[in-house]
This record gives sequence, C-alpha cells and structure tokens, in this order.
Amino acid sequence: MTALKRAVSALLLLALSLAAHAQLTIEITGAGANRIPVSIADFAGEPGVSRAVAMVIRADLERSGLFKMVEAGAPLAENAAVNFGDWKSRGADALVVGSVAPTANGRFEVRFRLYDTQKQASLGGLVYVMTAQQARTTGHRIADFVYEKLLGEPGVFSTRIAYVVKSVGRFELQIADADGMNPQTALASKEPIISPAWSPDGGRLAYVSFESKKPVIYVHSLASGSRHVAANFKGSNSAPAWSPDGRKLAVVLTKDGGSQLYLVNADGSGIVRLASSSGIDTEPFFSPDGQFIYFTSDRGGSPQIYRVPAEGGSAQRITFEGSYNVTPRLTPDGKNMAFVTRNGGRFQLALMDLASRQTQVLTDSDKDESPSFAPNGRMIIYASEIGGKGVLAAVSSDGRVKQKLSVQAGDVREPAWGPFSKN
Amino acid sequence: MRNKLIMAILGAALLAGCGTTVDPEQSGAPVEDRGAKRIDGAEVKRVTPDDNLGSVLAAVKQGVLAKRSVFFDYDSYVIKDEYKSLVEAHAKFLVANPRVKMLIQGNADERGSREYNLALGQKRAEALKKMLTLLGAREDQLEAVSLGEEKPRCSEANEACWSQNRRDDMLYTGEF
Repeated sequence: MTALKRAVSALLLLALSLAAHAQLTIEITGAGANRIPVSIADFAGEPGVSRAVAMVIRADLERSGLFKMVEAGAPLAENAAVNFGDWKSRGADALVVGSVAPTANGRFEVRFRLYDTQKQASLGGLVYVMTAQQARTTGHRIADFVYEKLLGEPGVFSTRIAYVVKSVGRFELQIADADGMNPQTALASKEPIISPAWSPDGGRLAYVSFESKKPVIYVHSLASGSRHVAANFKGSNSAPAWSPDGRKLAVVLTKDGGSQLYLVNADGSGIVRLASSSGIDTEPFFSPDGQFIYFTSDRGGSPQIYRVPAEGGSAQRITFEGSYNVTPRLTPDGKNMAFVTRNGGRFQLALMDLASRQTQVLTDSDKDESPSFAPNGRMIIYASEIGGKGVLAAVSSDGRVKQKLSVQAGDVREPAWGPFSKN
Repeated sequence: MRNKLIMAILGAALLAGCGTTVDPEQSGAPVEDRGAKRIDGAEVKRVTPDDNLGSVLAAVKQGVLAKRSVFFDYDSYVIKDEYKSLVEAHAKFLVANPRVKMLIQGNADERGSREYNLALGQKRAEALKKMLTLLGAREDQLEAVSLGEEKPRCSEANEACWSQNRRDDMLYTGEF
C-alpha cells in the first residue's frame, strides 16, 4: 500500500466515523399499552436487498411503540400460501410476506402482502420498483402501509425531521429521515440557527440565523440549497410560521418597537402588521384551517397563549393556569394544542384539548422546549436536556410512547417534524 | 500630541484586527487604498475612508467607554441605578460624535423558550436604547437587537452564571 493510498483510506475512515458521530440515534424509553403483535418475514429472493427492506419495516414499527415483533423464521414469498392457524398460535395478529426480484437496468421489483391472521384475510399489498439504494425508502413506505391498515391513521415513517446540532463553535441545520438516518446539512454556520419551520409542501425551511450578528429570517429551498431573506428589518426578525397554503409567513419583528406579529409573503414582500400590544407578542403558529394565529404574549403580565383571527382582530386568551405557558403548536386536526408550561421551575410539555380546555402534562423532565407534531398528530418531538447535553425526545399525545434522540458529537435542539412526503 | 496621534492610529490598527471594519452604512462608498505604512514596528492600515471616525472610535476602547455591558435581574428589563453613569457616558459620546453608530445586543439566560427569551433580550436592548435617546442620542444612531439565550457568556446552570447572561452589550461602528 502506498503512502497516498494509506492517507486516502485513513481519510475515508475518518469521514465514516464523523458520519457515525453525526448520526441521530433513537432509543425507545416507553411503549404503548397494547402493542399489536406483528410478524415481518424476510422477503423471498435477493437476500441482501430483501433483508435490508424487512429490517427497516421491523425497526420502524417497533420504534413507534405500537407494535411488538414476532419472530418469523424463514423467508416467505408474496404469493406463498399462509397457514393462518400456525401464525395465530405463534401470537402474530398480522403478517407481512414479500418477494424481491431483479428487473432491467439493475433495479428490483418489491412485492408485499399484509395478512390479518385473526380474520384470515389479506389487507392488501403493493408493488414497488426501486434501486438497491432505495431499500430504506421502500421499507419506510411498506411500514407506513402496515401502520395505516392496522391502526387506521397514516404512518410517518417516510417523513423527515429538521433540527440544529451545536458542536464547538459550529451550528448545523440538519435534515434526517424520521428514523434518524441519512442526516444532511442544509446550513452550517459559526453563529446560532434557531426556529426551523417546514413549508407545508416540505420543499422549504424557514429559520432564523444570527450570521449577521442579529436575528434574520431566511427561506431555504432544500433541493437547490438556495435561500433568500424573508425578513431583515431594523431590530430583530424571528419566529417564522407558515400559513397552511405555504404563501405567507407569520413573523415577529421589532422594527416598530417591541416584539410584534406581522404577516409577510414567503418571498419577503407585502409586510402587514397582524396585532398590536405594549408587551411581547411572539411564537406565532397558524391553526391548520388557517383561521387563527396562536401566539405567546405577556400582555396580561405573564407569558400566556392567545389567538387572533388571521385576518386581524381582537386577541382571545387561551391559557390561564400557571405563570408561564409558551410555544403553542396545534395538532394537524386542530383539536389539541401542545405547549410548554412551567411547573415550579421545571419546563414541561403539556397538551390541551381546545374544546374542553382540559390540560394534561405529558413529560416529567426539567427543560423541555420547542414541541413539533408529527403530521399524523400521534407523536410530538421536542428538545430536552439530559446531563447538561441537548437531546431530542418524542412523546405520543397520550403520553405513553417515549423516545430519546441524540447525537454523540454535540447538542441537538430545535426539532421540526416535516409534512407527509408527496410521492 | 504626537503620542495621541500614534495612539489613534494604533487604535485604528486594533479595529482592523477585529474583522469587519467598514461602516455598514458606508459600505457602498469607495474605500481609498493608500497602502500600509510602518510606524514604530506596527503595521498601520487604513480602515475607513474617514481618518477622523477611526480616531474617534479609539476613544471607546478606553476608560469608562470600554465598559459595554449592563446586567439585569431575572425576568426584568429595568436598567438598574448602578449602570446610570455608564449609560450617561455612552450617551454623551454618541451626542458628541453624531456619525458614530451603536448596536445594542440584548441577551437572556437559558431558562424557557428560545423565542420568548429572544423577545426578553429585545426588551432589554430597547430599554437601553430608550435611555440613550432620552439622554440625547439620535434614534438613527442606535439599533436594538436580541441574541436571546443563544450567545451565553457563561454556560453553567446556576444563578451566578445566569446573571452574567442577562445583559445588554453595546457595540460601536466597526465592531459589528
């Protein structure tokens, strides 16, 4: 081996280990009360690709905290005859079987079928044509199919999350698959990056960057990597929130004195003031129907959550209990609101049923912030701290399923769960 | 007199070491490059098209004007009496040098929501801005911004540390 070759392979190893350090690892720390026992058999044909697909399906379902894996044994083809009695006695309520076959130009055809072993019936199946590199993507799609058929709500295994990693002197806005794999850096900066927010179509991120020694709002197109300034007025510019149609951003500006709410077109044009108060108004969030903007304000003496009609109008107070309720985030169906509440110096995540105003505290930690709902409303990802280190955590809206997401290399914070993927 | 001149030039050289030194308001103006001179072993470079502004700014590196921070109580944006003389000195300087600008960066401790803390830092920056304008500084000389909890001076989770992070920093032209 020449010195050059050695140096190159050392560099490659270094790059690989750096990638491993940057990887978000997910640990399940709490599971649902009644997990559905499911068996995912290895797919028949093309052992390498088959195993990769099946492993992703199992890991996704297991990580959701709502399924329990039942050992399947030998591979089972998509068209194999299924002995339902046998699978019932093994304890599996559902079974996935499948086949992988090579097609032209190095691609693979993946077929699968989902069975309900109790009803002894097929719940359907699909066919995908993919490259070997798309094995994970295909696995996530199959897991989404299984999840939806068995639970009656869409799965979020094919979605992505954005978050900020802080290491020494460096901030990175990263985007990873919902299982933490394939992290990619959209922006790296020496100065802080906060408040990433996904456009409803999943193509853009709005965020606040301090690269010019003050907070400025940018809109960043993920596919092209190009970005533009959405708000850079005198004073601070922060807290971007997308309107459900993706055309406007609710933002917080201080150009007229005090932190106040404004609406601006996503391209930075057409700025209008949305509300006025003598105190702090911040953290706007659109209701999913676009009718209201929820926000945090100290107009009543302590930070509480209010809402105003998106067209403007008078504010209505939403939270009353406690002296610190901030960061309103509504479920995709608009029925519930997650927020951060302070209980005796501890900052915890709470969920309010907006119709009854019933509130439930979901977490038992000290420094929870920045909640963000999965697009199916089942899980909430948020920032927390363990042993002085910034980590992400996720909790189900019933408080039962819990996950911890961390990176070895630094602090993770400011999570934002992306929308359903369009394809 | 000669000493003062050298001090002023050295001050300008120090500014050159701080990174961006061109007044952002004047960045469109042509910067004359008259090359570098060597005086007493120090390399001296021109940093602005205006000699006078450079020498004026040397003053903010010394004496009371070198003090640039005001600290706050928890959840408060009231400027305490102990900082009044400091704020007065900076206001006097701004009044005497109307072409000098100041960026006021408000900061908050780490507890609670990042965006709410950004708004708290803004309140602190604006409280200082208001006091400076009441003392005669012009509105267009001042910009109040917030860094929220993002740039802590101290990073332990205790009150001694948090109290250092609840603060306003004053930056002059050439420092931001």
